[in-house]
Formats: sequence, C-alpha cells, structure tokens
Amino acid sequence: MEKKLYSISAIYSNPNDIIRAAAAVRDAGYKKFDIHTPYPIHGLDGAMGLKETKLGFVTLAAAIIGAAGMISFASWVAVVDYPQVIGGKPYWSWPAFVPVTYEIAVLLAVLGTVGAMIAFFFKFPNISHPLHDTPYMKKVSADKFGVSIQADDGKFNEKVVRELLKNTGGEVDAVYYSEEFLTFKPQMFDPKFIFLLVGIALATSAGGYLYWNKVLYLPPFDWMMQQPKVKPQTMSEFYADGFGMRLPVAGTVARGFIPYPYALGAKADSVGKFLVNPLLPTKAALDLGKKKFFTYCSPCHGNFGKGDSRMNGQFPNPPTLHSDKVRTWPDGAIFHTITVGQNVMPSYQYQISREERWAIVNYIRTLQRAYNAKESDLQ
Amino acid sequence: MSAHESIIIPKKELPANIVKLGWALTVIGLVLVVLSYVTDAQRAGFNNIIGFTFLASVAVGAVFFIAIEYIAGAVWSTPFRRVLEFLGMLLVPVVLLAIPIFLNFHSLYHWSHADVVAADKVLQSKSPYLNEQFFAIRFVIYIVIWSLFYFIFRHNSLKQDKDNDQARTKKNIGLAAAFIPLLAISISLFSIDWLMSLEPHWFSTMFGVYYFTGSIVTALAVTTYFVVLLSERGYFFKGINENHYYSFGALLFGLLSFWAYIAFSQFMLIWYANLPEENFWFITRWQNGWEYVSVAIVLFHFWIPYFMLVSRPSKMKPRVLKQSAAILIAAHFLDMYWLVMPTYSASPVFSYYEIAFPILSIGLIIVVFAMQAKKYNLVPVGDPKLQRGIDFHL
Ligand code: HEC
Repeated sequence: MEKKLYSISAIYSNPNDIIRAAAAVRDAGYKKFDIHTPYPIHGLDGAMGLKETKLGFVTLAAAIIGAAGMISFASWVAVVDYPQVIGGKPYWSWPAFVPVTYEIAVLLAVLGTVGAMIAFFFKFPNISHPLHDTPYMKKVSADKFGVSIQADDGKFNEKVVRELLKNTGGEVDAVYYSEEFLTFKPQMFDPKFIFLLVGIALATSAGGYLYWNKVLYLPPFDWMMQQPKVKPQTMSEFYADGFGMRLPVAGTVARGFIPYPYALGAKADSVGKFLVNPLLPTKAALDLGKKKFFTYCSPCHGNFGKGDSRMNGQFPNPPTLHSDKVRTWPDGAIFHTITVGQNVMPSYQYQISREERWAIVNYIRTLQRAYNAKESDLQ
Repeated sequence: MSAHESIIIPKKELPANIVKLGWALTVIGLVLVVLSYVTDAQRAGFNNIIGFTFLASVAVGAVFFIAIEYIAGAVWSTPFRRVLEFLGMLLVPVVLLAIPIFLNFHSLYHWSHADVVAADKVLQSKSPYLNEQFFAIRFVIYIVIWSLFYFIFRHNSLKQDKDNDQARTKKNIGLAAAFIPLLAISISLFSIDWLMSLEPHWFSTMFGVYYFTGSIVTALAVTTYFVVLLSERGYFFKGINENHYYSFGALLFGLLSFWAYIAFSQFMLIWYANLPEENFWFITRWQNGWEYVSVAIVLFHFWIPYFMLVSRPSKMKPRVLKQSAAILIAAHFLDMYWLVMPTYSASPVFSYYEIAFPILSIGLIIVVFAMQAKKYNLVPVGDPKLQRGIDFHL
C-alpha cells in the first residue's frame, strides 16, 4: 500500500532552539503541530501558544457529582431506607457523612479526570500513531528536541514548511505512514475493544465473587471468624450454668415494647372489657388492617372472615367471624384472641405488632358491618 | 535573562508609610495593653494569651518553613526565604509577651491553685505534668529549641550573602532534618500547655496538630502578604511572576484545607463519641453566642479563602492572594479568641481589651520586619538556589 505523508519534522539539539522553533511555528499560524522533548521544558506551553487545558472542568464536575451524589445517598440511607438510631443522634447526622462525601468527591474527581484524559485527550483505545517507531521518535526520546507539523493542517504546504523549519536551524525530515497499519477513526466502539472490556468486567466480577464469598471462608483467611467470643447457641465456660446466651436482667423491657398483662387462660370477653382500642377507624388504619388480615388471618379464616379456610382440611376450619358471639364481643376480646391465641389458633403477638393487631380488629369490624349492614348503611 | 541582570535588589528600606504604620500600631497597642491591665488584669491576661499564641504561631511557623525549604530542596521559595528569616525574629517579642502572663498566672490557669488541685482527683493525677515549675521549664526548653535552630539557620543564611559558601546550605539541610521532629513535639506540647490547659479537664489528642496547622497557615499568610505587598512596590527582584504567586496560592490553599481537615476531624471524633469528659468543650462553644464565633471561624478560616483560591487563575492574582492572606490572619486571631475566651466568659465579649493585642501583634510584626529589612538583604543573594528560584517556572 502506498505511503502517505503525515508530517514534516525537524530535530534540534538544544532546548533553547526548540522554544524558538515552537514560537516561530506558532507565529506562522500553524495549529496542528506538536513538540517532543525527552524531558519537560518550562515555558514550552507559552511558546507553542497552548491554551489552558479544559480538563479542570471535568475534575470540578466529577467532584460536584461525587459530593452531591454521596451526601444524598448517605442521607437517603440514614433517613429513608434504613433509619437507625446510632449513639442517640438524629437520623440525619450530617457530620458523619462528611468523610465519605469528601472521599467520594475526591475519588470521582480523580477517576473522572484520568478517564477523560485517556478517552478524550489520548483517544484511547487508538494506540498507534504515525510517529511511533520512527527515527524521529527515537531521537526525541533520547537526547534531541523535535517539532512535527502535520500535513492535515489547513495552512500546510510542504515547501513552505520545510523552508520555515530550516530557517529555525532544524534538521528537516518527513514522516510517512501507511493506512494499512493505522487508523485515525475512534475505536471506542470497536467490537474487539468492547469484547475485551466485557471480558475484563466478567473476570473481575468472578474474581471478586470468589474472593469475598469463598476464599475468605477458607482457612487461614477466616481468622476474623475465629474469635474467642461467645456465639449464639454455644456453651460458655465462664458462667456457672454453662449458658452462653444470657437472659436479660429481670424486668428488662425492650424499647417500645409494652408487656401484655393477660395470659392464655383468661377468657376473651372478660379481659376484653379492659382493653381499649387506641385506633380510630381511619382509612390508613383500615388499609393497614386489611393488609395484615390478608397476610396473617385469611389463610385460615378466609378472605372475608367466613371461616372458609384455604388450608383444604389440613387444619381445623375456624368458626366464622360473623357470628353473634364475635360481633358482640368488645374490640379487646378479638385483640386478646390474636395476642394469646385460642385453642388451636396460635398466638400472633410476636409476628404482629400491637398497633397492627388493633388495625386488624378495626378491619374485622368493617367486614362484620359489611355482612350485616343496617338499613341506614344502604341509603 | 542573564543571572546578573535579574538579581537586582533595588530597594532595601521598607516604604516609610508602612514603617510608620507599624510603629503607630505598636504604640497604640501598647497603650491599650497597659490600659487593659490597669482596668481588668484577668481579662487582659486572657487576651494576652491570645496575642502571645498568635505571635508564636507566626514566629514558629516561619522557622518551620525555613526548615522545610532546606530539607525539601524547594527552589521557588528561595528568593523569599529572607521574609521568613525576618519573621522568625518575632521569637523575641513572643518571650516578652509571656512575662505578663506569668505574672498573672493564677487568675488565668485554674490548675495552678494548690487548693483546687487538692480537691480534684483528675487534676491531682495530671499534676506531675501540670505544675508551675515544670510548665516554666518546658517553656524555656521550647524557646531554646526554636531560637537555637532559628539563629543558626539565619546565621548561615546571612553569612552566605557575603561568602557564597555552598556548604552553609548543606549544613542547614542537616539541621532542618534534626529540627523538624523537635518542632513537631515542642509545638504540640506548647499548645497543650498554653491553650489546652486553660480547660485542664479537657483533652484532645488532635489539639497539637490543630494549633500547628493553624500556625503554619498563619505564618504563610503573613509571608504571602509581605511578599505581594513588597513585590508590587518593586522590592525583591525583577521577574517575580505568576509562577511564584501561584506557588504561594497553591501552598496556602493546600494548608488551609489541611487545617479544615484537622479541625473537622477533631470536632467529628468528639461529636461522634459524645463522651461527657470531652464534649463539654464543644458544647460551651456552641451556646450563648459562641456558636456565631464558631461558624465565623468555619467561614473565614476555611470556606471563604477556599473559594477565593480554588481556581488556578485566582492563585496567581496578587490581589486575591493579599485578600485571602489577610482573611486568614484575622481568622487565626479569631481562632485563638475562640480557644481562649470561653474560659473567661460564658458568652463572647468584645471591647478594647480584645483589640489591644491584635493591634500590638500586627504592629510588632511590621516593626520587627522593618528593622530587619533595614539591616539585611531582602533576598538571600548568596544562596546557590537563588537564580533557579528567580527563573522558577511551573
Ligand atoms: C392457623 C389458622 C388460623 C389463623 C392464621 C388465624 N386463626 Fe383465628 N382461629 C383459628 C381457629 C381454628 C379458631 C377456632 C379456635 C377454637 O377452636 O376456639 C380461631 C378463632 C378465632 C377467633 C375466635 C372466634 C370464635 O368464635 O371463638 C377469632 C376472633 C379469630 N380467630 C381471629 C383471628 C385473627 C384476627 C387472625 C389474624 C391475626 C386469626 N384469627 C388467624 C385459626 C386461625
């Protein structure tokens, strides 16, 4: 394949010459040229007429996205998604979010800057360049200083350029390339490159999965799990009775828990009188009651409380909840039944919170009313 | 540009109006200080601690930067090292300012009363460290360490002006290596002695670093201010340019961020653990009006100068540098006020007591600098790194 002209280059042997040459090329109005030196030379940017890089804006944008994103995420987790009281502090304790916000801002700024630099400025994944492996490049990466004016510059005219570079005292030469080996098209979406990226992503994920889920559980990496501490359900030699799990101090009550005063034996309608329903039959309370009724009660009592169990005879069918007995019960009696159970019906006090139990009671009342509507309800 | 062309030090004596201003401030400051001591010795004493620790920040911070410049082989700052060497002379007024504090010791430092200590278990167990004799001995040790190294650095640097002896730079590099760890320990203990022990029950392991970072920010701010002010009027040398300014701006920016990092870390750890023996110190500073001072420090010691200096072009603008340096200097005064005064008063107080020492300190900085500048070169003309520093390019 035929060779194409890439650029006219010139080699100089000292840094002052290259600065002067750069200024001359700049003043002659060329835009597409580059300087190559074996080490950084101060003042070259000015001589080449380079503008301040825009990369800083990428850094700024990435840092702002990182900071704003992290503070929102931390706030969402701490306030909305998983609110937990930590050290008696409010859910939204912003000082605790500062370190991670700062770190994510720095991290994104760094990754964004490097990513933008590689993708936009270095044109990755295009990894070949006409100047690679040329005698010119060999010299300028050892002890010479070079300038190369590209043939695709708007003002390019081979004779004029050669003349200009010769006048600045350079050793002029030309760089050719063959299109067979080189492409200037961006290769970011080249299937081969995409395939490679996907492969790397898969390999890293698989490695990460194996490491965190398998390797860390093998000896000797599981040393964090081998601690001299009492684990649930194990013995302890420390206590005389040998129990590892200790009972709470007598009279301990969990946060927000109100102990239930009546035992299984108590008759529902007699203790029910002493329990007062704290919930009004609001829409919110009824919705909650409906939801919980469907979840916990309907498998046995049927969707409408008629005792038509879906258990298909695997469990004794419960009586209907629309009987006169249950309808005339005080609210507290139904609450008591849910709380401690009745004969074969188990207790639900650990599955269903107090408030939810009262909401269910309200919902049952609504069902009962629906099946035994008064004349006035229909008007 | 040849070497000889550029090292022209055209003027030596500072502009007369600056010198006059320095003397005027010093005299006014002294009058106010005397008035303060006559009317309310205790309040004057607390303010004396503010002025004293502020000047110590500038003096010790300056010596620190001299050492850092030698040990890091920094080049861009060599032409300005004399500014630091002049500012180190403030160690003399620092010692003088300590005298009235010692004279009023009992009304300032709670732990210096034998009967208080006898009734207090915590103070008793701290008393092997916190007692007046050892306190005084330690102060002498700090001053000896700081001034010893300062005067040797300075001596070598000034001598080099005449004999151009490169070995002197070598010597100073070795000394700097020895000095930096000593400085780290001495300035931490100094801040614990003079500032933290005002509240003898309180402790924070970050306090030393907090004072140290505040000090170097302040010393750099004072240096930056002088450099910009003087070079705008044609001092130093021809060719001071945005590369030098940028270096000042970037260092100032980095250090003030470092200060914020340390200040926030100290706050966050105490806030998080929320232990009563630690948190009361911040609680005191978050009520009865002190919260405004606290917020002002966060703004003036960090956010405002941070945004002033964050962009690259602004770090090169002499005007921005001067303004942010001035803000940081004022913020350090406020910081010392915030560290000291809650011990004196439950809510912020402000009157001529509080301005006496800032005026005196600023006056002293200018006067000491001017007296030095009169006698010695403003630029270390014999330093082998000087030409590279002048030609410095980012
Ligand atoms: C495992 C099936 C089952 C579930 C689930 C169940 N129950 Fe029952 N329930 C029964 C049976 C069986 C009886 C009759 C017990 C007896 O023999 O007295 C009963 C009895 C009752 C009674 C008393 C009726 C009467 O006439 O004595 C009430 C009220 C009641 N259940 C309400 C509920 C509520 C409300 C729920 C949901 C929280 C619920 N049950 C969940 C099986 C269940």
